[in-house]
Amino acid sequence: MATGMSKAARGTAVAAETASATGTGVPTSSTTLTGRALALGRAELTLLGRNKTALYMTLFMPALMIWAMRSGAQKLDLSRSGMSLKEATMTGAFGYVLIFVVYYNLMSVYTARREELVLKRLRTGEAGDLEILAGTALPSAAITLAQCVLLVTAGTAWLDMRAPARPELLLAGVLLGLVMLAALAAASTAMARTSETAQLAGMPLAMVSMLGSGMFWPLEAMPDVLANACELLPMTPVVGLMRDGWLGGADVSETLGHLAAALVWTALAVFAVRRWFRWEPRR
Amino acid sequence: MDFGDGVIEVSELRRRYGRPGDDKGFEAVRGVSFTVRRGELFALLGTNGAGKTSTVELLEGLARPTGGRVRVLGHDPHEERRLVRPRIGVMLQEGGFPSDLTVAETVTMWAGCTTGARPTDEALGLVGLGGRANVRIKQLSGGERRRLDLALALLGRPEVLFLDEPTTGLDPEARHATWELVRTLREEGTTVLLTTHYLEEAEALADRLAIMREGRIVTSGTPADVIGSHPARIRFAMPDGWFVGDLPPLAELGVLRHEEAGGRVELQTSELQRTLTGLLLWAREKELELEGLDARTASLEEAFLAIAGATEAAAPLAAPAGRSE
Repeated sequence: MATGMSKAARGTAVAAETASATGTGVPTSSTTLTGRALALGRAELTLLGRNKTALYMTLFMPALMIWAMRSGAQKLDLSRSGMSLKEATMTGAFGYVLIFVVYYNLMSVYTARREELVLKRLRTGEAGDLEILAGTALPSAAITLAQCVLLVTAGTAWLDMRAPARPELLLAGVLLGLVMLAALAAASTAMARTSETAQLAGMPLAMVSMLGSGMFWPLEAMPDVLANACELLPMTPVVGLMRDGWLGGADVSETLGHLAAALVWTALAVFAVRRWFRWEPRR
Repeated sequence: MDFGDGVIEVSELRRRYGRPGDDKGFEAVRGVSFTVRRGELFALLGTNGAGKTSTVELLEGLARPTGGRVRVLGHDPHEERRLVRPRIGVMLQEGGFPSDLTVAETVTMWAGCTTGARPTDEALGLVGLGGRANVRIKQLSGGERRRLDLALALLGRPEVLFLDEPTTGLDPEARHATWELVRTLREEGTTVLLTTHYLEEAEALADRLAIMREGRIVTSGTPADVIGSHPARIRFAMPDGWFVGDLPPLAELGVLRHEEAGGRVELQTSELQRTLTGLLLWAREKELELEGLDARTASLEEAFLAIAGATEAAAPLAAPAGRSE
């Protein structure tokens, strides 16, 4: 009883100390969009560091895929694509980074935060809907950028590849890819109830992209009919932009086509998020 | 902008779940109106499913009402949430935090999204979680999570505080500490809207309250008004050989209703003292002993059961001590 009273008394005392600034509506400097997104991103980075599976998937899976892809692609005839095995592998790797670090990881994260009611709680605060989704995606975006830099550095420093011919295209590709895949990840969570089923729900898009968007098998080396169909896949223009950005040699119409296709897919993905994204678990 | 004293103004509010025109849809809020004045503590009472949370979520701006109008601090909380959110604090009935973050990390994250946030130590101290700062969320008890949720609602020193069942899952000691904290905030001028199904909580804290049933407000007023509108009761056992008909004329004693079963008599009156005096004088005159005499004014619980339980007689009503962590 005595402890109960002292605890209550202490609570009151603390509350009284802080009385002055409460409920008065005194204007204080507001939070900023950047500040809010960074606060969310920082928390997500901490969480990523504590989730061994996610950490393994984002840090090592792309490297593992590069190795697996290289041995697979050796059997392909790349002569029509005009690329060496090394060039096809290193540029296709951008796609793997986007799939594992952005798409798979964010699908798990968004689903987990929704099911834990974190998203619902965050929506009562000052951060807007877009800020919540974007802030949550920040660690994935940072890791993606770092891995892309690593790929280019490794390629030029150790594999005797050229420096990126058109860095601006490379950057455009990675940025569009980030936004598109983050949005696709958010949209895909509509099909998942747990972060484990989210991984499963992400399989179709991931598999189709890996096989058909030029990461493993360049479109230029495909039969024409197949290549034309694969042009329509969401990740094809992104991989195309990044590949052209590094290796060069794309003409203006090709580049504009990639940019337009990537923008259309990004817009569709954003629309899907606005239409289908759920902020609370289904009851 | 002048919105008088009404910090929260709600008129003819409606909320329907499901698509418009969908017959299977459910209307959870059916034309609710009330005003909460600055500095007031207003409690929404009701059994589970009465529409309390559905109403509060509209006030918090989490959803757009199907009909009617809400103003919080003079603004539409859904359409103008950027203006409203920095000035309000929200504690959901069920909100979540990432289970692998520590308590302090959660507060830091929330502070980054809160204008004028208190320091972490201060926020945790308010709710008695100071010693748990480095514990992961998943290791907290249900009651500790509720207290953390409250700390975050208070983080920005809000002008208006929405508390949806703030003490559910708390042990009695933590509940009373929370009441103290809410009283202190109210004394400092914070306007509080609270939902609860603990009548004791509403009676202890609320300046005014409204009782909801099936999506509507069925009664509202100060706790004294609500209780006062319900009759007091006198119960006793009729001595052997005596009958209700032997009492003085009941209307003259101010009795509104009476019941008799198995020799036990219950009189209902809105003038307890007059009725009781008449009864006792009669008993002295007749030299009778009224066994098991019991006279009491209505409690909020009786008023609540009479009002909220009118169509759901056996509505479950948790006693405050009945639930703990």
